[in-house]
Amino acid sequence: MSSKGDILEKIKQNQPSSISELPDLSALGMDTYENLDKYKAVLDSIGGAFVEVKDYDEVINYINNNYNAEKRKVTTLPELAEIAATNWANDDPHNLKDVELTIVKAHFGVAENAALWVTDELLGQRVSVFIAQYLAIVVNKKDLVPTMHQAYERIGNQEYGFGTFIAGPSKTADIEQSLVLGAHGARGLIVFIMD
Amino acid sequence: MAGKIIEHSKAAEIFNRDIKREEWHDETLWLVREKRDKAAFQIPEWELLRETASQIKNNVLSNIHQYLQDFEEQAKKNGIIVHWAADGAEHNKIVHSIMEKHGVKQIVKSKSMLTEECHLNEYLTEKGIDVIDSDLGERIVQLRNEAPSHIVLPAIHLKKEDVSETFHEHLGTEKGNIDAKYLTEAARLHLRNTFLTRKIALTGVNFAIAETGEFVVCTNEGNADMGVHLADVHIACMGFEKIIPQRKHLGVFLRLLARSATGQPITTYSSHFKKPGDGKEIHIVIVDNGRSTQLGREDFRNSLKCIRCGACMNTCPVYRRSGGHSYHNAVAGPIGSILAPNLDMSKNADLPFASTLCGSCTNVCPVKIDIHQQLYKWRQLLVKEGYTPTTKTIAMKGMASVLANPVIFDFAGKTARFIMQKAPGLVSNSFNPWYKQREMPAPPEESFREWYKKNSRESKEKNNEQ
Amino acid sequence: MESLCAFPNKYLNMKVGLFVPCYVDQFYPQVAIATYELLQKLGCDVSFPMKQTCCGQPMANSGYEHLTSGCDANFIANFAEFDYIVSPSGSCTLHVKDHLHDEKNEQLAAQIRTRVFELTEFITDVLKIEKIEGNFPHRVGMHESCHGQRMLHLSQMSELNEPYFSKPGQLLSGIKGLDLVSLSRKDECCGFGGTFCVTEEAVSAKMGQDRVKDHEDQNVEYITGGDMSCLMHLEGILKRQKSPVKIIHLAEILNTI
Repeated sequence: MSSKGDILEKIKQNQPSSISELPDLSALGMDTYENLDKYKAVLDSIGGAFVEVKDYDEVINYINNNYNAEKRKVTTLPELAEIAATNWANDDPHNLKDVELTIVKAHFGVAENAALWVTDELLGQRVSVFIAQYLAIVVNKKDLVPTMHQAYERIGNQEYGFGTFIAGPSKTADIEQSLVLGAHGARGLIVFIMD
Repeated sequence: MAGKIIEHSKAAEIFNRDIKREEWHDETLWLVREKRDKAAFQIPEWELLRETASQIKNNVLSNIHQYLQDFEEQAKKNGIIVHWAADGAEHNKIVHSIMEKHGVKQIVKSKSMLTEECHLNEYLTEKGIDVIDSDLGERIVQLRNEAPSHIVLPAIHLKKEDVSETFHEHLGTEKGNIDAKYLTEAARLHLRNTFLTRKIALTGVNFAIAETGEFVVCTNEGNADMGVHLADVHIACMGFEKIIPQRKHLGVFLRLLARSATGQPITTYSSHFKKPGDGKEIHIVIVDNGRSTQLGREDFRNSLKCIRCGACMNTCPVYRRSGGHSYHNAVAGPIGSILAPNLDMSKNADLPFASTLCGSCTNVCPVKIDIHQQLYKWRQLLVKEGYTPTTKTIAMKGMASVLANPVIFDFAGKTARFIMQKAPGLVSNSFNPWYKQREMPAPPEESFREWYKKNSRESKEKNNEQ
Repeated sequence: MESLCAFPNKYLNMKVGLFVPCYVDQFYPQVAIATYELLQKLGCDVSFPMKQTCCGQPMANSGYEHLTSGCDANFIANFAEFDYIVSPSGSCTLHVKDHLHDEKNEQLAAQIRTRVFELTEFITDVLKIEKIEGNFPHRVGMHESCHGQRMLHLSQMSELNEPYFSKPGQLLSGIKGLDLVSLSRKDECCGFGGTFCVTEEAVSAKMGQDRVKDHEDQNVEYITGGDMSCLMHLEGILKRQKSPVKIIHLAEILNTI
């Protein structure tokens, strides 16, 4: 027995008698700055790290030099097949619990808050970017937009089952406002900003 | 946890007995207000953003009947199962029934103030369900058997020592180790196991989009995502006012939310849920619980615009000096004080008076709710409905007759000054609450009007004429 | 006095009614005297209707707005004849501007509401005087009373991302020797709040004590502001603490012209 009818009826009776207009959003998002510089500065301020790279070879080099070779790595990028597993998308997501590093690509990044937009198709498994101890995301320089308004223009009517903006590593300040990086998601985020 | 309600003024007095702790609480939250300011002042179009968000929410409230139906239609198309709950009790039953259907006795939750409002945890626990709150602040208060004191910073009233003690008792951490990193790591390991083993996960909803049937959950910790992506069933609970019309409106709200709440440009994760994963379920429970009544109150309808950022609490000089628990409501502070009387006037009649009407809250509200004006209007309504003490009403009626009559007023003033001069002890004593921590003003020889009679140009002219 | 008056006849046709808050009349007459003298020096034809009492705010803010019709009627009876009604109080002015009503003559009440001004906004917006050339060589902290600031917009609010302005500050900039300090919390409420000061005594007193401390940390000699209610509350605390800091109303500083 659903309360839907009752609730909707009550809402209909109680909502204001006329509909107020939706505002125009076109005057927003007008801040102008150098997207790349802004992106890097904000990412740094929120505990993330970045490396500017030319191509995937540089990414591979960086990972080899900075992450333990013994530890498990997964990726959805075929270009990185030599350093990370690529055939795990159909596994039980729980099996990813021992992953040290997940490497994915983002559709684009947002300069004002250093967020990166990823969806199902780029994640392999939805949990992949949360469950790993560390996270690396590749984004192209030309795919940096200034604000969230341009971000949603870019998303447009994109179809996805799941999508998320990721801005920096997971964090909490719940213990007496002391900021700690690495709550339940990734302890660290590195963004490869690619030419 | 439920018990006799302590009125705000009494709870605040108790809170102020430990003055060092009160000052720490006040200073800590003031810093959060300052962080908000810093973030807001970096956006030149900040005030335009607020105005835009306010107008979007005004539109939502005026068309919510349609938007909710649109949302349900779209969500269903995407495979989301939609439930409707008239009140907290029904909401709790629905959540429990989903669990029963799956034969599951354990649940992991991420932050949802709505479920606090409905007392879901108590209900499920009574039914033999093991509930774990995965937001670190919520987990801390859960282990301490306390309610969260702030909608965004649930454990803001606790010091490192308190957390250390709690974790030592429940998680086996080193006694006396108050290092935040150490304690967070312990929580990470403890809760990671929870995420990996629980089949049903519950989240709140920050925004639900009518246009597409998707909803957004924002966290810094990643606990909501860890819970739901590893579970088979995701239950999302929302008050029906969380609806927004179109996906692009998220651009406005996601720019405002974290900046207003904590001074961050955005939360670490802003997850958009549109379709369940293969073989999984997403349920959404749309809850009324008094909101439709509030919608019908013209003076208070705008309180439903709230996006639960907590900025009003951080700026409120009274909240900072009395703590969230003194508001005896899931949502405390200024916004809580205009929402709670709608839920229960008798229980919450004290809340709109726990304010000096300074108006700071209204200025920080990202959706421009006229909080201080609603506080004033609730006062009028509560008095009219008879929820203030009779003694106050008698005193006020007395005051009104003195103040309306110039002769009596003059006399009363003269008498007061006379008494204060000749018998100050009658006024300056422990029965006079003003006198507890303040001296009374010194009574002057003559009032202004007495001076004016003798010395004004007007009076002198009159005297010269005579 | 005449030689100091920069505007001898300019406003003489403008009849100004002085509206004095009830507690100022009875306990702080010097503030009303200063306001009266200041307005005269600025060239106004100002008088004080003797039968005025109170604006009704203490009752209205406590939820008893419906009992204030007597106060409203008395206000209208006393002030209807004036071109302008000026008060050295932001909160009393605000209350009248927002809440003055007369069932029998709502039009008149509405009209009167447009003529009511707080002292500093009257000087800057109506008399269009930019600053007051007075003399007060002291270190002073200014308390921003909430109603005047946030609701009458006498000065910019710290929460908003908007350009700074301050009507009282502007007037004070002409006062010789005045050393106006900067506070750590620019515009936090003092905690008076009407009946709040006794119904929530603990928080009210703490808020006042914190406000006083902010000023004392800046080594002020005086705390000033536009509302005697705030200052009365702060003075009560200062005296209890046996502090040498004194309170003084803006009108008294401006009246050194």
